[in-house]
Amino acid sequence: MMKRTLVIAAALLGLSAPAFAAGETPVPPQLKWSFSGPFGTFDRAQLQRGFKIYREVCSSCHSLSYVAFRNLAEPGGPQFSEAQVKALAAEYKIQDGPNEAGDMFERPGRPADRFPAPFPNENAAAAANGGKAPPDLSLMAKARTYERGFPWFIFDMFTQFAETGPDYVHAVLTGYEEPPAGFQVPEGGHYNHYFPGHVIAMPNPLSDGQVEYPKDANGQPQAPETVEQYSRDVTAFLMWTAEPTLEARKRIGFQAILFLIVLSGLLYFTKKKIWARVGHSDVTTNQA
Amino acid sequence: MSQHPTTYVPKSAFGKWFESRLPIAGLIHSSFIAFPVPRNLNYFWTFGAILVFMLVSQIVTGVFLAMYYTPNASLAFQSVEHIMRDVNYGWLIRYLHANGASMFFVAVYIHIFRGLYYGSYKAPREILWILGVIIYGLMMATAFMGYVLPWGQMSFWGATVITNILAAIPVVGDTIQSLLWGGYSVGNPTLNRFFSIHYLLPFMIFGVVLLHIWALHVPGQNNPTGVPIKSGKDAVPFTPYATIKDIFATVVFMILFAWFVFYIPNYLGHADNYVPANPSVTPAHIVPEWYFLPFYAILRAIPDKLGGVIAMFAAIAVLAFLPWLDTSKVRSTNYRPLYKQFFWILVADTLLLGWLGAKPPEGWYVIVSQIATAYYFIHFLIILPLLGFIERPLPLPNSIIDSVMGVKGGAGLPTGANAEPHSKG
Repeated sequence: MMKRTLVIAAALLGLSAPAFAAGETPVPPQLKWSFSGPFGTFDRAQLQRGFKIYREVCSSCHSLSYVAFRNLAEPGGPQFSEAQVKALAAEYKIQDGPNEAGDMFERPGRPADRFPAPFPNENAAAAANGGKAPPDLSLMAKARTYERGFPWFIFDMFTQFAETGPDYVHAVLTGYEEPPAGFQVPEGGHYNHYFPGHVIAMPNPLSDGQVEYPKDANGQPQAPETVEQYSRDVTAFLMWTAEPTLEARKRIGFQAILFLIVLSGLLYFTKKKIWARVGHSDVTTNQA
Repeated sequence: MSQHPTTYVPKSAFGKWFESRLPIAGLIHSSFIAFPVPRNLNYFWTFGAILVFMLVSQIVTGVFLAMYYTPNASLAFQSVEHIMRDVNYGWLIRYLHANGASMFFVAVYIHIFRGLYYGSYKAPREILWILGVIIYGLMMATAFMGYVLPWGQMSFWGATVITNILAAIPVVGDTIQSLLWGGYSVGNPTLNRFFSIHYLLPFMIFGVVLLHIWALHVPGQNNPTGVPIKSGKDAVPFTPYATIKDIFATVVFMILFAWFVFYIPNYLGHADNYVPANPSVTPAHIVPEWYFLPFYAILRAIPDKLGGVIAMFAAIAVLAFLPWLDTSKVRSTNYRPLYKQFFWILVADTLLLGWLGAKPPEGWYVIVSQIATAYYFIHFLIILPLLGFIERPLPLPNSIIDSVMGVKGGAGLPTGANAEPHSKG
């Protein structure tokens, strides 16, 4: 019995997305995100809070290798100041080299550096985390989704619904709970309501009051220091790390489509004017 | 090219000098300016121009992507992220290219179904049609290899699934497989050669497209009645009439393209492809891109490995025989009331196969896939040949101008190549 459980545990922990019977995993709740829709933008304060959560909670196990410190100061993101980014980068130790003597050395970070990983390689990450290396988070909000099913996947094309990733990430972060009666959670796993197969290797990372938020004018935290809020903020931050050009994309998209609509209108009337020279321009098929 | 002498006379001295050495201006004039086009074409005829636009778009965006992309298994994924994050407007070029592939297939499927509906594959356009099937095959090879290049989970595992089934081909299967792999499984050599061939094929497509347009310009376009041009009144010169219609339709198509690129750029993709390829971890569901789904369903419907491969390739190859499978003397489905119903059933069948291709091969999906696959072949191999003999078509209009002016017809049926006079006034 124990051996079978261990075998199952190893199998479940080894798969990043274990197969499950269709319909068994609950659908994540659909949240309102500031960045959804044609005019969506990121909430700067939310991104900054999300970054704080990444730094204080997630970065001990999860790398963010595609994000550079300088990205934090760029438009469309958390928009820290250049000085803040420089100071932040200097707090990190970056491996560099070889120097002229042929040795590798450590130096303080610069804005151009990318976030260093918490582990030197994948094996070390797996060894320190029960056999499963915690995945890089840069693209997590785009690397996860859930099945929308018919007819939602048709409607989504028109409503521009593109937030299955963030909804899923938020759901998993808030989905830790006691397993239902009779459910055997293998050793090293944790029960999660929304994770496919319900057994996730990551322990619950968030708890109320864990991260201190900046205070507003009244001395109150900017946002509630609850798991729900932490989850939303870090998910929004991860959406930015996955898609840093989101705001520019939607803004340019509006301009481009508006231009194309006006152009097609002009072309339509030009077409009509030209074809007026020949009289009928429609097909009249002879159906008896 | 087309069998009438050029009427082009260059106006400038330079023009005369150049034209006598390389008559390209005259060629363009006779093919795209003076060329007579049926006056009753509907907007389904603009998709040829849309396809040319999409081919150029893919080549231009592809060439720029290739300046930043690294075709090495340990660097490919991060080079794509480098394009998305660091290259100026790299995100735009990447999304244009990825979504452009899907738009290319949207346009080609509408173009193909237009051909099926209006009998554009019938004599004397058989070679034109077969060239189209070749272009379609080249497009599929190009798209398949292109999808492998980002080296995500779906890239790697999609390549693994498809290259594994090729081994089922007798005699040459193993050789083809190791030539594609460059090793004992999908790996870095595979990625390298897929990049090389992916860069090559679009230029081969371009060449076949030129042949395709040349083959079209011999008989000229078909039209919704299927009745050929008989007099000058039936036709209008390509410029400005078809030109403006093509440009207008292309811009409208660009709106659809822009909708995907700017607002839902990852809708047609798979989340798993944002996970770097990992040979030790198999995704829960391996699915190809949407435009391959019907063929994926057909492949999996047959329980035997070789049978599945044969069925999948046969589903494409059967198209090439269409001019001879369809025995009806009437071109346009507008005048074929019985065939019209089977046409729409075929459309529904291919949509059903597409939906099934994304489902796991379990439960009732399996038997439905098999029925849908069987029906696909029954349509082409049994229904189509029989219908030509059984069906009583509606009376055709006497000419295009008659159909446009609403004059009731009752004339006989066009009889293939003989009904294509070259008088184009």
